Amino acid sequence: MGIVVHIVCSYLATLGFGILLNIPHRALNSCGWVGVLGWMAYLLGTHINAGTMLANVMGALIIGLSSMVMARRLKMPMILFNIPSLVPLVPGGQAYKAVRSFAVGNDLGAINYLVQVIMIAASIAMGFFISELIARAYFRLTTDK
Amino acid sequence: MERDDQIIETVLLAGKIMIENGADMARVDDTLTRIARNAGIKNPKIFETTTGILMSIPDKKSAQVEPIQKRTIDLEKVSSVNQKSRAFQRGELSLQEFKDSLVRLNISSPYFSFWLQLAAAMVVSTTLMLIYGGYWQDLFATALAGGVGYACYYFINNHLRVRFVSEFLGAFLIGIIAVLCVRFRLGYQVDMITIGGVMPLVPGVPITNAVRDIFAGHFLSGMARALEALLSACAIGMGIAIVFRFM
Repeated sequence: MGIVVHIVCSYLATLGFGILLNIPHRALNSCGWVGVLGWMAYLLGTHINAGTMLANVMGALIIGLSSMVMARRLKMPMILFNIPSLVPLVPGGQAYKAVRSFAVGNDLGAINYLVQVIMIAASIAMGFFISELIARAYFRLTTDK
Repeated sequence: MERDDQIIETVLLAGKIMIENGADMARVDDTLTRIARNAGIKNPKIFETTTGILMSIPDKKSAQVEPIQKRTIDLEKVSSVNQKSRAFQRGELSLQEFKDSLVRLNISSPYFSFWLQLAAAMVVSTTLMLIYGGYWQDLFATALAGGVGYACYYFINNHLRVRFVSEFLGAFLIGIIAVLCVRFRLGYQVDMITIGGVMPLVPGVPITNAVRDIFAGHFLSGMARALEALLSACAIGMGIAIVFRFM
């Protein structure tokens, strides 16, 4: 039951953010599915106790790879797919707690959360980086033959 | 000479539309070089940053600059420049037709209406609130906060054109609505309502593009985008922080 809610919600959230960015309506559906895949990878990461950072790397990696596949299939720029799908992974909760701690004067707690925000952002970047690397290697191998 | 000028103008216009509407630099570089090559220039020199494009044709000694001042987000335009450039490559469009269609694209209005965007913002807020572990009882309050916050952001961005103030005021309203809803028993968790409400304002395009630009070696554009994302995030944080300081 819980997993169904997660799938539906991540699909709708990605779709909604796609509408906010005004992506072509032809890409909306595939964009939603990329978002679902990314969020599922992240959930799997947290489920097997891989830690928040590794879970974010996994989520971003899956988003990068699947949006590359979608971009090839629909012949559209890749950013149409990976920007909306990234939104569920954004460390909104930690950033919010950091701001709240700063506002009430708990600076040490705020710095604690801020470091988490930076680490999560860096792991998402890392996931994209690895997916880019895999894609480059794959295209080099397939085109050189 | 005439044709060279026309090529440069077309390439610069295409680049301007793409950068203004949120494309990443590797994609812009690729598309512009492709357009210039297909128009018959062997060795085009194109230099693009987030704030301007330069292009020259080396052996003809002609060059032009295109500054980019405004920055909005409309990924449909990015995608459609891309498709037009493919059509030009296949020879379905002549250079003149290509340029005319770009001019038309530049002044066209967004495809999705404001009300649909507002509904989308509400959907983003509520669904993300749920998957972050919020309660079903907070659905109404989150939708209200997200909708009002996004409407404020949209109107300041589109009518007053003040950057960062839009995020600040939007986040401020979201914080106030969250606190009031909990006070009048319309919601339960201020934290979850605020996090959900703020999500539509997240600067997704600058964040992703900053990472992609830096990895692709466009450091100047990457740092500019990262600064943009950081300032937006700080504006949102300030809006929320003020609410918690005084309520």
